[in-house]
Amino acid sequence: MDLKEKLVSSFLAFENGVDVDHPVHDIRSEAIKNFETKGFPTKKEEAWKYTSLNTLQKIDFSIFPKKESMLEYRDVKKYFLHEIDTFKIVFVDGVYSSFLSETTHDGVDVCLMSSALNKPMFKQIIDVYFNKIASKDDSLTSLNTAFCREGAYIYIPKNKIPKKPIEIVHFSTGNEAALLLQPRNLIIAEENAEMQIIERHQSLTANEVFTNSVTEIFAAKNAHVDYYKVQNDLTTASLIDNTYIDQKDASVVNVHTFSFGGKLTRNNLNFYQNGERIDSTMKGVTIIEEKQHVDHHTLVHHIQPNCESHQDYKGIYGENATGVFNGKIIVDKIAQKTNAFQQNNNILVSDKATINTKPQLEIFADDVKCSHGCTIGQLDEEALFYLQSRGIPKKEARALLMYAFANNVLESVRIPELKARINKLIANKLGVRLGFDL
Amino acid sequence: MAYTEEELKKELETKEYEYGFYTDIESDTFPNGLNEEIVIAISKKKQEPEWMTLWRLESFKIWKEMVEPEWANVKYKKPDFQAISYYSAPNKKPKYDSLDEVDPELLDTFKKLGISLDEQKKLAGVAVDIVMDSVSVATTFKKTLAEKGIIFCSISEAIKEHPELVKKYIGSVVPQKDNFYAALNSAVFSDGSFCYIPKGVRCPMELSTYFRINQAGTGQFERTLVIADEGSYVSYLEGCTAPSRDENQLHAAVVELIALDNAEIKYSTVQNWFPGNKDGKGGVYNFVTKRGLCEKNAKISWTQVETGSAITWKYPSCILKGDNSIGEFYSIAVTNNYQQADTGTKMIHLGKNTKSTIISKGISAGKSQNSYRGLVQVNSRAENARNFSQCDSLLMGNECGAHTFPYIEVKNKSAQIEHEATTSKIGEDQIFYCNQRGINTEKAIALIVNGFSKEVLNKLPMEFAVEAQKLLEISLEGSVG
Repeated sequence: MDLKEKLVSSFLAFENGVDVDHPVHDIRSEAIKNFETKGFPTKKEEAWKYTSLNTLQKIDFSIFPKKESMLEYRDVKKYFLHEIDTFKIVFVDGVYSSFLSETTHDGVDVCLMSSALNKPMFKQIIDVYFNKIASKDDSLTSLNTAFCREGAYIYIPKNKIPKKPIEIVHFSTGNEAALLLQPRNLIIAEENAEMQIIERHQSLTANEVFTNSVTEIFAAKNAHVDYYKVQNDLTTASLIDNTYIDQKDASVVNVHTFSFGGKLTRNNLNFYQNGERIDSTMKGVTIIEEKQHVDHHTLVHHIQPNCESHQDYKGIYGENATGVFNGKIIVDKIAQKTNAFQQNNNILVSDKATINTKPQLEIFADDVKCSHGCTIGQLDEEALFYLQSRGIPKKEARALLMYAFANNVLESVRIPELKARINKLIANKLGVRLGFDL
Repeated sequence: MAYTEEELKKELETKEYEYGFYTDIESDTFPNGLNEEIVIAISKKKQEPEWMTLWRLESFKIWKEMVEPEWANVKYKKPDFQAISYYSAPNKKPKYDSLDEVDPELLDTFKKLGISLDEQKKLAGVAVDIVMDSVSVATTFKKTLAEKGIIFCSISEAIKEHPELVKKYIGSVVPQKDNFYAALNSAVFSDGSFCYIPKGVRCPMELSTYFRINQAGTGQFERTLVIADEGSYVSYLEGCTAPSRDENQLHAAVVELIALDNAEIKYSTVQNWFPGNKDGKGGVYNFVTKRGLCEKNAKISWTQVETGSAITWKYPSCILKGDNSIGEFYSIAVTNNYQQADTGTKMIHLGKNTKSTIISKGISAGKSQNSYRGLVQVNSRAENARNFSQCDSLLMGNECGAHTFPYIEVKNKSAQIEHEATTSKIGEDQIFYCNQRGINTEKAIALIVNGFSKEVLNKLPMEFAVEAQKLLEISLEGSVG
């Protein structure tokens, strides 16, 4: 039985475990129908031209974990940003771990999707926001919607700022031979609200994991959301991350994606600017090797006038790694005075590495400033020579230059401890100890 | 002042296609529709050898199994391929010794087009191989070229007289199964130009052909084959104008360029097919496959100025097969009213130290849509490949669209690829500056557009550059209020 059939037939079993009279039930049924019609995307589809899901579909994934797994905090401490105090929403094999988590209802709601879906006090918000911006057309998003049960739910009311950053961490223990996880997050920032979120997926053993995650983010007027995605998983873990962001007047949303590992990583980042004077930023650093595959798909839809968007993606590809970047900017007819900027720089370190990039502009308004730039190249031989002539060994010199290459993405990281952590990760990736504190 | 802005606007709106006229020449036209018999009949009509007939039939077989591509960013009513006549040739087809013998009506057409044969013979130094409704009727300067060993004739003539060359190279760069329109062209191509430059010869003049669609309801399927043998050089010009018609006309040409070791081919196009009237009615469908193959140290340079056609679907490409080969693409695409253009290039780097440059300028006005679609591919053995791409779009008015779809696929670490794209409009301060210096807005825009396109215009041969500048102005007239 292939994965699609298995998923479709499991839907009935899934239904038994949830309330079928719930309003979300209709949304789920619609979604599974769409997935059934469309199936997994194939390379024939333009958006999946460079990324194949064929090998993933051959693996016999369990859709529901058979038993609950426990983790000790000290064993997984290093995967948290433990240097600072944070709210934590932690899942182990897709199941909420209250032991590792730290949630709150004090002024702001940092809790679970399952409680938001089932408790009457959240009904009003769920009715307004749930599945409103996520694509109803995309088959993988539909698949997630159909099986949506657990994930993070964050609601920051008007003028509120949570006391500390929020970490969303998904562990997979490897107690299942192969596991399919489908977390669903809903994040709402009301007027003038502000928050910082760090998201991480981590598998703890070399068993196959396939995560198909959907996150919906709503940023109301003047809201400010910083979202950091840290992707540094084992080479048996695959991640498809679908993020949908709805922005209103003068809101600011920054998404940073750090892709340092995983078998197959696909980031679908969609920004919809439903207001004026909006600022959307998406930045990413990708450093991968072996046979890893990272695919960044961004979409910025400028719907209203006077908005800005900035994209900056840097990639370093070694060994047999493959990188894909597809950045799409759509400027609607009425979205005059739009300022859209996109930059994608890549370095290939190995002869067997591949990079496919497709920046795409679709512009229907005339009074706009839109540009994209894309480069593929190597480290500057002269700069390398200069550093060597100053007594820096070649390996360190290369690492320094690569670090410098990726650095301007890090500049806008607003949590110093996270920045230091990322710096360390980069140094590790490049195989050197940088002789200065970053 | 008697001439007000209102009047100017009115005049521009009612301005019809300048070259829209129709010459009534008797021509024998095949019945509409396409089947194997028609393909055989075309081949017979042209007295082709058997291998050519078989080649056409094979193409037809391939075509039947293909479906029309839909990936391009254009919307149109698909042509009914069974409602088109696939062959029409001017009826009287004598071999002229002098211009006096030419059908006066035909001569009149040429005059309207601005191609006075005798004048061109003397002044321009350009050999003109005029294709009027698919069959070439006049070839000049043949003698001068023959002295150098250059073969420049219609492709049907080449099939008869130089079968070994045609057989070797036709379909070698654009195979029959390459795409839907290439297959169609391979099956039914009516005529076109053939050019062969022998080893080490530098072609002394710019070779040019003028295409015209003339017979109502006739699709035109040109086939061009240019072969530059080792160490040779040729500059080839192609220019098009078409008469005004209400029904859509299909144009599916195939151009194949072969540049052998150390050879250089420069191919320039000015395309001004009927774009349809200001309500988007009529206009030519232009689905063209153009591709060049570069052997060692060879260079192919495409320059195009696209101002016409209701639908343009055209990607002049270079396959950089030989080491140190160079591919270039310079393009200006102007769309106005309801025109749609999806154009760009493909640079396939296979050899070592290959270089390519892409400069594309898109100008959209009115309700038009203008897309750049390009591919830069560096294969794993293409060491030290270098590419520079620049795509700039200029938008005029808020009802048009400009789109870019650049694909970059790199499999070699020594590659250096740069891609840049910008989209903007003409700055109000620029226009204000011109106005302040006494240049009216219309002229100012022409000036700015010319400046915007300069990089590409400079690549055109002299005569063409002047014509192209005028074309840009004509195409954009009335696009600003």
